[in-house]
Amino acid sequence: MYNAGKIIPGLVIFLGLVTFPFWSNLGRAAFEAPELVFPETEEECVESGDWMRANHMILLDDWRDLAVRDNLRLYSSETGKRFDMSLTKTCLSSQCHANKDTFCDRCHDALAIAPHCWDCHVVPSIGEE
Amino acid sequence: MAINRRTFLKAAGLTTLAGVAGHAAMELLAPGALEASGAPKVGEYPEALTAKRWAMLIDTEKFTTAQVYQKCIDACHILHNVPHIPGDQEIKWLWTDSFKHVFPDQQHALVPDRIKNQPFLVLCNHCDNPPCVRVCPTKATFKRDDGIVMMDMHRCIGCRYCMAGCPYGARSFNFWDPRPFIENIDPYYPTRMKGVVEKCTFCEDRLAKGQLPACVEASEGALIFGDLANEDSEVRRVLRERYSLRRKPSLGTTPHVFYLI
Repeated sequence: MYNAGKIIPGLVIFLGLVTFPFWSNLGRAAFEAPELVFPETEEECVESGDWMRANHMILLDDWRDLAVRDNLRLYSSETGKRFDMSLTKTCLSSQCHANKDTFCDRCHDALAIAPHCWDCHVVPSIGEE
Repeated sequence: MAINRRTFLKAAGLTTLAGVAGHAAMELLAPGALEASGAPKVGEYPEALTAKRWAMLIDTEKFTTAQVYQKCIDACHILHNVPHIPGDQEIKWLWTDSFKHVFPDQQHALVPDRIKNQPFLVLCNHCDNPPCVRVCPTKATFKRDDGIVMMDMHRCIGCRYCMAGCPYGARSFNFWDPRPFIENIDPYYPTRMKGVVEKCTFCEDRLAKGQLPACVEASEGALIFGDLANEDSEVRRVLRERYSLRRKPSLGTTPHVFYLI
């Protein structure tokens, strides 16, 4: 091999950098889903819990576009229950996820996600967030 | 097995026919069954107020004192979390201006004193041909089928073309985060953020739940709101009986806020 003295150390450095996320996390605690505080009184979410965990952002996105652009604001779920398509009036209402800190933020913070929702939407129970 | 062109075309034609006919038959026998069945449905509130063409009349004879104006303005601005920022960076959905500014084409030396000295309530005119909608590069502002010129704050990039386009100055830009300038934030209406444009929306969220716009409710009859396309509506009845002005009609924007003189 020509220039082995440069290529092999170069490859070693390259592989080291590429695998940085793996070896830098060695020995650290594995990711644990944060403990969430669920509503006390309300049993049923808009859709099933598993579906909401995976798709709540899509649902909220759809609600946003339907309400603002198509003026459709009433949502009937799979179970036939009706909901006002509103983040503050439905999801964050006092019967449901009134406390954003112990519900929304716990997961978002753990996953380093910063949604823009609260730049404008206000959390009713806290007032100005 | 060899296949010649004739057999291939026959088979392709039959397959297409079967596909189209099959779909049509399914639609006839079981409408909607091919689409995801049992999927969640969305709709309007049954009590929603609807119209073919919303319009507002401002009865200038009933606006006799500053308090009446202020009641309408407060009702709007408190409900919609409109910040109070003094100076030339103010935000306004509903405000007042003088006759010569509101109707520059009608201004002359002999305008009666009552008209000349009276403030006029001004707001977005919800034009039929809105220049703001034409110039918006992201379709953040758009005209609904019922004539309301709507804002989608999620899409606004703050380019302010709409502000340049609007001949009525009906749009305001958020130079700052508005929240420190709002006295009591109503949590059930979103505030805006720094860098977006806002204006009156004819309270479309209230209409969707069967309520009249906040200013109309607060005005004690000085503002009339209704469907201009419906001949039996109150707005049409009043327009038949009283003389009305619109702002800058020569621009061809066809505003839908009428001033009863």
